[in-house]
Amino acid sequence: MALRRASSSLAAALAIWAGAVGAGPPERVVSINLCTDQLAMMLAAPGQLVSISRISQDPNVSVMLEQALGYPINSGQGEEVFRLQPDLVLAGQFTSSYTVGLLRRLGVEVVQLPIVSSLDAIPDAIREVGHLLGQHVQAEAVIADFTADLAGLQQARDTPPRAALHYANNYTSGENSLAHEILTAAGFANIAAEAGLSGGGTLAMERLIMLMPDLVISGQPYPGASRSEEVLRHPAMRGLRDRHAGHALADAEWVCGTPAVLRAIARLADLHEGG
Amino acid sequence: MGRGLVAGLLALVAGLFAASLLVGPAGLAPVQALSALIWGDALAETLVMREIRLPRAILAVLVGAALGLAGAAMQGYLRNPLAEPGLIGVSGSAALGAVLALQTGLAAAHVLALPFAALSGAVLAVLIILALAGPRGGSITLILAGIAVSALAGALTSLVLNLSPNPFAASEIVFWMMGSLQDRSMTHVWLAAPFIGLGAVVLLAQGRKFDALTLGEDAAVSMGVHLGRLRLTLVLGVASMVGAATAVAGAIGFVGLVVPHILRPLVGARPSVLLPASALGGAVLVLMADIAVRVILPTRDLKLGVLTAIVGAPLFLHLIYKTRAQGQL
Repeated sequence: MALRRASSSLAAALAIWAGAVGAGPPERVVSINLCTDQLAMMLAAPGQLVSISRISQDPNVSVMLEQALGYPINSGQGEEVFRLQPDLVLAGQFTSSYTVGLLRRLGVEVVQLPIVSSLDAIPDAIREVGHLLGQHVQAEAVIADFTADLAGLQQARDTPPRAALHYANNYTSGENSLAHEILTAAGFANIAAEAGLSGGGTLAMERLIMLMPDLVISGQPYPGASRSEEVLRHPAMRGLRDRHAGHALADAEWVCGTPAVLRAIARLADLHEGG
Repeated sequence: MGRGLVAGLLALVAGLFAASLLVGPAGLAPVQALSALIWGDALAETLVMREIRLPRAILAVLVGAALGLAGAAMQGYLRNPLAEPGLIGVSGSAALGAVLALQTGLAAAHVLALPFAALSGAVLAVLIILALAGPRGGSITLILAGIAVSALAGALTSLVLNLSPNPFAASEIVFWMMGSLQDRSMTHVWLAAPFIGLGAVVLLAQGRKFDALTLGEDAAVSMGVHLGRLRLTLVLGVASMVGAATAVAGAIGFVGLVVPHILRPLVGARPSVLLPASALGGAVLVLMADIAVRVILPTRDLKLGVLTAIVGAPLFLHLIYKTRAQGQL
């Protein structure tokens, strides 16, 4: 009984606290997803963002490493995030539903942002995070820069060179994916789309080679060893690159729907001059 | 009898080897595929045939032969039809050795570190099994010791892969436990072939001694068989073959159980004929399994161990039942 009374008074206290801070823009924002980390760092007022996810400080996947090093990090676990007393938690669409559920039961507002799978959706994502953080002006400025820069980069070609995206485990991205749009914007055709792939999926190495791409863009290898990444250095892929196709690396800039994709597009577009 | 069987198995291996070269997601026409393989005339087809399908077919033969022969040799020495490298933890321990070499960076630093580490894991497991369930130990000791060694090796393999900084490593636990030949290359062939070849030559040369051993240890000793030397040869031969096979293809179970079991009645239970026949039979089984995984689920990497276990596990249960009925368990 005592326990029950204690828990109901705790819930009431939490509700009052949540109501009190719910009025203005959130003052303590915690982000627990790599992509929301980036948008929040771009838009938040000084002191508003109190913690970002650990992965944002990993030089292999973070595009805003320098800024990220200035923030305290979290590993996205419910207990740890709750202790930071956030009035808003930014999570990804595929953040563990247990963590999200736990935080919501504890009265924390959690917003899950969808995966961005097209360039057109990037302004929407920026606008949404700007709205959540109460930083509308800053968000519109970032969007205006992004839209102008993207228009400047985009190039249409009559016969675009054909590129293959080749990640660990022969994973690739077909139509309706951000990587596909990065390729297209940089003036390349995607062979995974030729093979009829939509979204992410695997394309057997045999089929990739039979499609004879002009450029192979391979995933960046992670530290430590894995059998999954051996396909990136497979002699058949090396043979293809040595005797026919150019080679480039896809890195952290390809991962999230943020203005960082502009750098990926620009570097890719530069390859046209070389070949 | 023996010679006809060996010739028949050889023909089967050759036929399945050709079939394995012609199966794949690229959908090449047979004539075009073979022409690209032999003459190297078109770049894409040649890369597919020479760098992807050829090493895969060669490895299926090598790995299958290694597992079939290792099973027959262990069963000959222990005079127990349940002794199989996968079941008694030799393959699992080899996988642990391989994973350790890969994750510590030794395999990247030195080419031979991978097969040697897998071989060391296998040696350790064979020694433990022989110490616990040598010729005088019963089937139950063998199986229990095997369960313990397999479980420990599997747990440690999972631990090492979970500790890896590489985000893909943990998802590869299933590869190391079930085995696959997907996307292997000639590099793997050169890595495994010398160890498997050496182990095979050494073990095949012991055929007569295993024949003598069927009459009992005393009779074998009186016929001039040096038991200690035979045991050492067995340990090194089995470990060399199973270690190399596991280092490149993961742990594929039941091959060494199913193949000698099917062939034993055909060779009149003579180990000297059963050993080479089991090597060929193992190649047949793994080639068939590797063709099947590509036909059943062409776009996914279905593991070979799944198919060999579906065939092998019921047979294993049948063998246990039979052994029990004979009052040996």
